[in-house]
Amino acid sequence: MRLKVNNRLYDSGDEAPDRTLLAFLRNQCGLTGTKEGCASGDCGACTVMVHDERGEKPRSYTVNSCICPVESLRDQSVTTVEGLGGDGVHGELHPVQEAMVACDGSQCGFCTPGFVMSLAALHSETLERGMPEDPRRAVLDAISGNLCRCTGYRPIVEAGIRALNNPDFLTRNGTEPVSGAPLSGSMETPNEPCSFWQPGTEAELQRLLSANPEARLVAGGTDLMLEHTQLFRRLPKLIDLNRIESLRRIELGPEHIDIGAAVTYTEMETAFADIAPELVRMLERLGSRQIRNRGTIGGNIGNASPIADMPPFLLVMDAELVIRDARGNSRSEPLCEFYQDYKQTTLQPGEYIALVRIDRPRPGQWLRLHKLSKRYEDDITTVMGAFLWDAETGLRVAYGGMAAVPARAWRCEQVINYGGTAIPTLDDLTIERACAELNETFSPIGDVRASADYRRVMAASLFGRACRGLKSFASGEEPKEELHHHG
Amino acid sequence: MAEQPERAAGKASPHESARKHVCGSARYIDDLPVMPGMAHIATGKSPHPHARITHLDLEHVRRYPGVLDVVTQADIPGKVDVAPVFDGDPLLAGEVVEFVGQPVFAVAAVSMEVAQRAVAEARIGYEPLPAQLSIEDALAADAHVLPPHEMRMGDVSAEISAAPQRLNGELYVRGQEHFYLEGQVGQAEPTEDGGIHVIASTQHPTEIQHLVAEVLDIPFNRVVAEVRRMGGGFGGKETQAGPIACMTALFAHRLGRSVRYRMPRRDDMVQTGKRHDFLNRWSVGFDDQGVIHGLDLMLAGKCGYSADLSQGIVDRAMFHADNAYFLNTARIEGLRCRTHTVSNTAFRGFGGPQGMMAIETVIEDIARATGQDPLDVRKRNLYSPGRDETPYGQTVEQHVLPELVERLEADSDYRGRRAGIEAFNQKHRYLKKGLALTPVKFGISFTVKHLNQAGALLQLYTDGSLMINHGGTEMGQGLFTKVQQVVASEFGVSRDQVMVTSTRTDKIPNTSATAASSGSDLNGMAARDACQRVRGVLCEFAASEFGVEPDAVRFERGLVVIGEREWTLGEFAELAYTHRVPLFATGFYRTPKIHYNREEGKGRPFFYYANGAAVSEVTVDTATGEYRVERVDILHDVGDSLNPAIDIGQIEGGFVQGMGWLTTEELLWDNQGRVISNSPSNYKIPTAGDVPADFRVSLYDRPNNEETIYLSKAVGEPPLMLAISVWAALRDACAATTRYRFSPRLDTPATPERVYWALRECETFNLEGHSGGHG
Repeated sequence: MRLKVNNRLYDSGDEAPDRTLLAFLRNQCGLTGTKEGCASGDCGACTVMVHDERGEKPRSYTVNSCICPVESLRDQSVTTVEGLGGDGVHGELHPVQEAMVACDGSQCGFCTPGFVMSLAALHSETLERGMPEDPRRAVLDAISGNLCRCTGYRPIVEAGIRALNNPDFLTRNGTEPVSGAPLSGSMETPNEPCSFWQPGTEAELQRLLSANPEARLVAGGTDLMLEHTQLFRRLPKLIDLNRIESLRRIELGPEHIDIGAAVTYTEMETAFADIAPELVRMLERLGSRQIRNRGTIGGNIGNASPIADMPPFLLVMDAELVIRDARGNSRSEPLCEFYQDYKQTTLQPGEYIALVRIDRPRPGQWLRLHKLSKRYEDDITTVMGAFLWDAETGLRVAYGGMAAVPARAWRCEQVINYGGTAIPTLDDLTIERACAELNETFSPIGDVRASADYRRVMAASLFGRACRGLKSFASGEEPKEELHHHG
Repeated sequence: MAEQPERAAGKASPHESARKHVCGSARYIDDLPVMPGMAHIATGKSPHPHARITHLDLEHVRRYPGVLDVVTQADIPGKVDVAPVFDGDPLLAGEVVEFVGQPVFAVAAVSMEVAQRAVAEARIGYEPLPAQLSIEDALAADAHVLPPHEMRMGDVSAEISAAPQRLNGELYVRGQEHFYLEGQVGQAEPTEDGGIHVIASTQHPTEIQHLVAEVLDIPFNRVVAEVRRMGGGFGGKETQAGPIACMTALFAHRLGRSVRYRMPRRDDMVQTGKRHDFLNRWSVGFDDQGVIHGLDLMLAGKCGYSADLSQGIVDRAMFHADNAYFLNTARIEGLRCRTHTVSNTAFRGFGGPQGMMAIETVIEDIARATGQDPLDVRKRNLYSPGRDETPYGQTVEQHVLPELVERLEADSDYRGRRAGIEAFNQKHRYLKKGLALTPVKFGISFTVKHLNQAGALLQLYTDGSLMINHGGTEMGQGLFTKVQQVVASEFGVSRDQVMVTSTRTDKIPNTSATAASSGSDLNGMAARDACQRVRGVLCEFAASEFGVEPDAVRFERGLVVIGEREWTLGEFAELAYTHRVPLFATGFYRTPKIHYNREEGKGRPFFYYANGAAVSEVTVDTATGEYRVERVDILHDVGDSLNPAIDIGQIEGGFVQGMGWLTTEELLWDNQGRVISNSPSNYKIPTAGDVPADFRVSLYDRPNNEETIYLSKAVGEPPLMLAISVWAALRDACAATTRYRFSPRLDTPATPERVYWALRECETFNLEGHSGGHG
């Protein structure tokens, strides 16, 4: 286990596979500036910056250290709040820290280091890529996974913008990745038998899977690690998929797009910015920036949660999964057949999802992803409706949160497409009949997020909204009456 | 120190720990160095809301590798009950458990994770008993943690029946999880005298000191409770920190080693008390102009299984059931419902917000019934000279609100925007905008008279540096900053010449909780008193040494000035020291004028009122109930502000916390009595994106007419209730679909789902022959 923290090398014995980066920082390194607020990646108090210097393009990104297995960062480098500026009594502050003081961005101070790190990451990105088009929006995106209970956020947002505008910032480099700097120090920790593997190829992965059928696969760990941090279960054997290049690629072919299972949401946001802006708008509400930097599409599919955010989109895209097993066999399966029942899939022991294949979105296609949740940002879906229309296949409809699994609304589609696919027949009567089919198809449950009744009527309501949008699209108008969030 | 200080108080300046916050060097309890052999705690929790324990087998827990000690109620050497006022909160359950999550036994182990895993090895048998889980259950069973209480003013029945118009109504107001970012945590170290040094994340160190001493059966003087800062409190660390500290002390005492207890977030959200749910029912009589003639109101709080602070909380709901309005006649009944759920506790506003929700609903219903803009009804009913008696007999003396509301109405262009919104709503089928202005009048003082006292200790060192210690605690609200400003102002020095140190029971004894917004009112005055005593001694010394009148000595610009002669404070302190002058003093303050006879429900419980008003504008998507807060304007009365930066921070933060309470934060239990909103993944406090980009906050600059610290006013709790304007604006948007003839019931929090159902109620209203809904 080798890890650079704030430019100091920790070259220690192996860590337990489920040891979190946060525990390592606080207990091993004595760096207590990084806080635990929830141990579930929901509050951002534990935010740190990771610098991935492998590959051609080094990248820096924020993570929730509370749910990040420290072993997954072998040979990488981490910056914590202690690595930015002074110690609070002596030393110069980083521009973000300075702005947070000047704008009164802290009250109790417990969430503050997390905000500082999120904003410092944005600041350092700005150094590289230039000022974002809409600084306020960029700041909101950067801190979407940071909760503050004291300030009401206004001064923090102001501090974030102010720091980006710091005229000094080009000449200062407090958040520069620490690569190339001389390593110093080392710290020994007791050896625990290492059962955290980081295969570099699928062949190696398959060999590990045959030898350790009970091992769990981990990529981002944003869901799996909660078993450890919330339920205190041990995760004795983990196989990390992050170094398998073939699982990390997005291949944009002329016909198809192949998305490797270990591709993160953030990477998808970049890749789909021009191809499917509607998907990117949805991704902006999936988890938080920190979660999107770690969470992967394979994890989202494989967890088989009925309220996962990717499946409804993938279902209307007629996505296919490429599934491989420990012996190297490969099979493909339409996503709509993958889900069997609540948290049940066709995935057999020893199998893993290798990639997701979708048709490349075509010009003339129309896509809408409507997500309902109690809170706009970083909230789990109550109901998600995905709607795709193109002239050849007609309207496709899928929902999350309406059944034990994410599902296509086949009968609703049939009603709509009955009169032909070229132009959707969207008179009020047809819409009403299609909604009746939705009602027949789904018997949602009530839970902490919403009542069954609300879910039921929302399926129809989102469908109605989609139909209105499609009508505007067909008549070449801009969609009207949409509630946009960030004003 | 080189720069010439201007007067520190009244100046916008940063939090005393701001630089440490942003560098991560501000220490919280879990950041303290781990002592060798330190033990960590977890508790075994009841899975039943009400059950008898039939057997308790902890053998496997004891034998779990890494476990150091296991305790049950029988192992507590002293008092088992750790209740703050009225008995009923056992540190560990006895024969009966009374809520899901109640600690039954506790484990100390080498790490928190080991302790948590060991807990799962317990084998406990339960015989379930019947449970009341809701306010309705408790009302049906006539189950109360404390007797009902009533306030009366005039003959309300007669006034209501004689009034030209009458309405009845009901509103359910859900509670709130504190969600301080730093969860409950405490640490204890045994001392050489058989005592305990406990470091707690608490708003009430003295209570911790007393409880720890009682649990261990040792004198108070063997226990020191200390707190430097909390990572947020909001009322949740007033009584709720007690059991944490007692648990650490118990194990530290037994094991003779340091013990830390940090609750994982999920335990915190299940095992500690929250804001009370309230069921409010009323009937009101009023005239055709909407002027209230009488209000008959029931306020039923969901207290949970024990009293905790529910006496004061439901009382404060009653004290604020008038909010800013003259009721003419009133009967206000407060019920403290006993349910088999965690005991609810203090939360910013302390019942006040729930009481205000009742009257604000009433006001809106009156507005719809009389066909008026709710703002006009609000203004018409505001306290004013001659119409100034509260239901509890206190007279409103300083009439801030009539003018404040006028100014906010003008500054926010309420009328212009109202017209614009009506036009918008006519034009849009699915989107509807809502607008509301709501006022807040909040009584300042503990309603328990003896709590309104505070002490401070000032030390002047011979280099001129000052140290101030007081009984208040810092939870982020800026109390230490304000007290530092007071001391700096009294000595005419800059803030950085004054250190504010940890709150400790061995420095200032017998303190009150930092609560009721009273922190700077009480401790600021006590600190000032201490300063004046030290200054007085210095002036006496100057008089005898230099033959001048004592009041000829001035403390300004960092200097001590007597006529033409100047010394730095350090030089003068050194001089005084060599003349054997004591350079330290204690200060004390007790709030004047207040009294309250609870039997009669009459008196002057509050020294003064803090006031404010807010205008919120929202847009609602009527197809789904989703909404967005577009703009907020606030004008708030903090008297002469001690620190405008900190006060604005309190106002904005309080507002957003209140907005969360009334919109996205949904505290839910299932029918087995389990909290199902038990983590931040399913309990959603506001994020930065929920706060409107257009957020305008101003201070209403007018000194307090009571003699408070530099004529400032308290600011901790009052702004939370400004957020009622968001809820009212959502209800206004719903009412827009009925052309403002009907206001649907909108229980809180007004989640998108609740807004949606309220809109459906409006649709039903329109379909029932009141034609003309959507414009």
